[in-house]
Amino acid sequence: MQRIGVFVCHCGTNIAATVDVKAVAEALGHEPGVVISQDYQYMCSESGQNLVKDAIKEHNLTGIVICSCSPRMHENTFRKAAASVGLNPYLVEIANIREQCSWIHKEIATATEKAIILGKAAVAKVHLNAPLTAGESPVVKRALVIGGGIAGIQTALDIAEAGFDVDIVEKEPTIGGKMAQIDKTFPTLDCAACILTPKMVECSQNEKIHIHSFSEVSDVKGFVGNFTVTIKKKARFVDETKCTGCGLCTEKCPMKKVPNEFNMGLDNRTAIYIPFAQAVPKVATIDPNHCMMLKTGKCGVCSKVCSVGAIDYKQQDQFIEEKYGAIVVATGFNPIKLDKYDEFAYNQCADVVTSLELERLMNAAGPNGGTLLRPSDKTHPHKIVFVQCVGSRCDDSKGKPYCSKICCMYTAKHAMLIREKYPDTEVYVFYIDVRTPGKNFDEFYRRAVEQYNVHYIKGMVGKVTPKSDGKIDVQASDLLSNEQLHIDADLVVLAAAIEPDKTARPLATMLTTQMDTNDFFTEAHPKLRPVESATAGIFLSGACQGPKDIPETVAQGSAAAAKAIGLLCKNSITCNPCVAHSDELMCNGCSSCEKVCPYGAITYIDKEFRMPDRTTAIRRVASVNPAVCQGCGACTVACPSGAMDLNGFSNSQIMAEVDAICK
Amino acid sequence: MQVNNNFEPVIVAFCCNWCSYAGADLSGTNRLNYPTNVKIIRVPCSCRVNPMFILRAFQKGADGVIICGCHPGDCHYTSGNYFTRRRITLLYSMLDFLGIERNRTRLEWVSAAEGAKFAATMQQFTEDVRKLGPNRRLEDLRCRKQ
Amino acid sequence: MQEAMIKRAKELLADGTVNRVIGWKKGEFFYDITPAVFETAEEIDADFVFDDFTSANVSKYLVKESKKEGKILAFLKPCDTYSFNQLIKEHRVVRENVYIIGVPGGPKLDIEKIKAKGITGVLGVKNENFTLKIDTLYGEETMPFYEAICGKCADCKSKKHVIYDELIGEDGDVLDSNRFDMVEKLENMTAQERFEFWREQLSKCIRCNACRNVCPACTCEKCVFDNPNSGVENKAASDSFEENMFHIIRAFHVAGRCTDCGECSRVCPQNIPLHLLNRKFIKDINALYGEYQAGADTTSRAPLNTYDTEDCEPSIVHERGVE
Repeated sequence: MQRIGVFVCHCGTNIAATVDVKAVAEALGHEPGVVISQDYQYMCSESGQNLVKDAIKEHNLTGIVICSCSPRMHENTFRKAAASVGLNPYLVEIANIREQCSWIHKEIATATEKAIILGKAAVAKVHLNAPLTAGESPVVKRALVIGGGIAGIQTALDIAEAGFDVDIVEKEPTIGGKMAQIDKTFPTLDCAACILTPKMVECSQNEKIHIHSFSEVSDVKGFVGNFTVTIKKKARFVDETKCTGCGLCTEKCPMKKVPNEFNMGLDNRTAIYIPFAQAVPKVATIDPNHCMMLKTGKCGVCSKVCSVGAIDYKQQDQFIEEKYGAIVVATGFNPIKLDKYDEFAYNQCADVVTSLELERLMNAAGPNGGTLLRPSDKTHPHKIVFVQCVGSRCDDSKGKPYCSKICCMYTAKHAMLIREKYPDTEVYVFYIDVRTPGKNFDEFYRRAVEQYNVHYIKGMVGKVTPKSDGKIDVQASDLLSNEQLHIDADLVVLAAAIEPDKTARPLATMLTTQMDTNDFFTEAHPKLRPVESATAGIFLSGACQGPKDIPETVAQGSAAAAKAIGLLCKNSITCNPCVAHSDELMCNGCSSCEKVCPYGAITYIDKEFRMPDRTTAIRRVASVNPAVCQGCGACTVACPSGAMDLNGFSNSQIMAEVDAICK
Repeated sequence: MQVNNNFEPVIVAFCCNWCSYAGADLSGTNRLNYPTNVKIIRVPCSCRVNPMFILRAFQKGADGVIICGCHPGDCHYTSGNYFTRRRITLLYSMLDFLGIERNRTRLEWVSAAEGAKFAATMQQFTEDVRKLGPNRRLEDLRCRKQ
Repeated sequence: MQEAMIKRAKELLADGTVNRVIGWKKGEFFYDITPAVFETAEEIDADFVFDDFTSANVSKYLVKESKKEGKILAFLKPCDTYSFNQLIKEHRVVRENVYIIGVPGGPKLDIEKIKAKGITGVLGVKNENFTLKIDTLYGEETMPFYEAICGKCADCKSKKHVIYDELIGEDGDVLDSNRFDMVEKLENMTAQERFEFWREQLSKCIRCNACRNVCPACTCEKCVFDNPNSGVENKAASDSFEENMFHIIRAFHVAGRCTDCGECSRVCPQNIPLHLLNRKFIKDINALYGEYQAGADTTSRAPLNTYDTEDCEPSIVHERGVE
């Protein structure tokens, strides 16, 4: 016989003002099985919880219903309270009479009536609740970081620091990411390489960190604490273990006309290459699209000059499988392609460049050795126009609806650096707004304007037209003086919007994590859980979650690491007990449930059954792995026989609620 | 059709825990009113809603049934609501085929951020069902007209 | 045909390929034919029939029979092969334990249609140039052959055997049938008219469960309607709503799995056109999610066990047809 307790919360006046809580308690007291029904001002307070606990002990309750705020708010509170006095936490049901009743209704009579019905539904459900025990599953003490930019590097270093093994999977031949391409960093103007490369070296030297460069994640299986990941190590045609990074092959390679990605295609590299001098791992990679040996079988120079015999033209993609307890996504960003922006003549004119290209043009390790020269004729530009928000804050389909966040600051940096180094250069910045929220950011921007006399003009650039004399006509409007301007520029720099890396979406599918419409990963809670994804065990680091500057990225990288470490510290994790289970006696083994399971939690086994006539029969039946099942219930509807049911939301429980509401 | 002004429809709303139930909570937090006729049943995902539950609701006296889930592509369980969409489309089409009024059944995607949409949807749905009057057809389907 | 089948069945029994044969035998009347399992040549000689009335689909029997020891010979008509294939896909039959001989399909005859003409005491029928010569206790009667064929054969979708080990007779083709005409006609009615139609039909239901028991897609170990824990258990209806629930849920449970074999309507003692419910689902699936024929293969995903991110919304129901 069930002994159910009902506890109606006033929530101060939040509930009591529009719901007659005494009447609710009274009415629910008459429901079958209810032995005690009480109201109290704040049920979630310590004294409120004690009231519940005492009642459980005193009346030896077999289930309780709390009529209060949303279960999303305090279900756990009351479950813990129940558990503390020996009542299984899953014998607690919440009737949501605040968010879904008192707060939306004004008339006491109807609101009270509804609250009673909601309470009755909860009582009807709790009658059918079964005590559930959360299972435990072990945690593999190893983390995977996907992406080896500054976000991934920081996360990996922090996890390794805590004593856990961590693997970095980087799709490029070297870690370092976008930060490696940047010249100086705002607002301190320290050199990016000087602060990044030591961290890269630290990664390569830390024995807890294992770098899989030129590799991609090709499959993810499993669940929090126990992911199985297949990593594809792309063939780089060089044996990583042998290559010393001496670079002789790159000097001797006859194929010297390959656009150099690291320098944004502003100069060329060889077919066998090391992206940059400080690359980690410092290992050569052969670009199969340009290598004569791989394309035609004729050449083999690198193989001849390599003194350690590291070149292997027959190398194949390699797949390795590894188990991880936690996965951190740090896939980063890219500037958008500007092909659709004809008005800025990006495709027509070599002297219209993106900001990241400008970084390379100004970098000492860049194509011009750090001297700012126009890409077209290698002359000094004297008039430079910066265009802000190219593709950011855009309503049309060409651009992105969001603010890319970093452009205002790096443009101020560029303008300042140019004015510092080449005082004879005039610099114009066209902007919609200048956004400088950040420590020392506004001071930095004001220095650009006040100290370095950068011309900031509020207005949009309408058209950029290359002229026959090599100058570039920039037609723009000055919104403050309401004038149309024409500037004869030598160089135009476009602050291209940034977007998540293209590998992010297929990765999200593999990880079963959520993404927003812009392909940024969605955090579990926008304020309170910013570095966790909604999928347990998957964490987010850096710009894959949204545009970020370096300090923010590093902060988030460390935060993600802290979350991952918190998980890896545990020997086992408690599973959600509200999972599906199959009644073997009813299961047809038809495989419908398996087909709709997003987690691959269902497998089939051939099981021997004793038949009524004392014979035995072998039948194929479904079996749910409770550690993998997340409890969505898709299988329960796919199952025609009703063999598949869901703990905590069983067919009979939901039907009991339906009945109670419709009665 | 006879309009009964005193008719208060019984409306059952199945809401997925992650989006629509949270959306319903949000409309509460924002004090957005919708009729008391609507009673919500929490399910982990809209794909947990078995057509049997919908028919059971009608059997026990519901006048309208609405299912709410995460927007397609946003399912907490990745794909649950895609299955919901197929199942419920076919079920509603079947009910329509049997001559049951179309406005008694509805499916709406409501995110956790769409408190206002939740309230507006429930207001509209309740009004639509109120106009239809009590649910007689599903019950009468079996009884030959005398 | 019957002779050829008997000959082959006896051969396969004799050489040990199979130890049982599933086919058909006569009941009380010659037209009263039921599926039957034969274990010896003698039994086959005595009772095996294959004629104008052997319309029953034997695939469902193989769920149990294929799990017994030894191999069983099954004679499958084209429509039966679809059912069998679907059962393979759902792991409900053991393919290795069945030796399938494809035999030609209908059109088969429906005794009820002959009786409906007022012809009683039927002793035998003969098809002569599409005129049915009916021998009765009261002398010979005639009627056009096509007026006597059973409903499921009139709407035949395919004469092709989708699975077999050998064939007796020729294999046919998938037909361009007009089986959805009646569904479409109903769709074009007003909701009120549709409601009246189904009220007329469903009110005849006596909940005998024949439709469920004959359905080759309804092979659950335990049907939800027999299971006290399902919440919908009900053998005999307790209230008027139950029948509706039963037929809608049954149609839903076989949606995407029903091969449209037509057995449900064939066996209904109340002549309720239950197949229209299944065909409605098939028609919707074809229109909304792409052409799909359950049982045509053993590998494709059932339409309700898959999805497309661009699928239509349920509101499409409001946009189509007549309210």
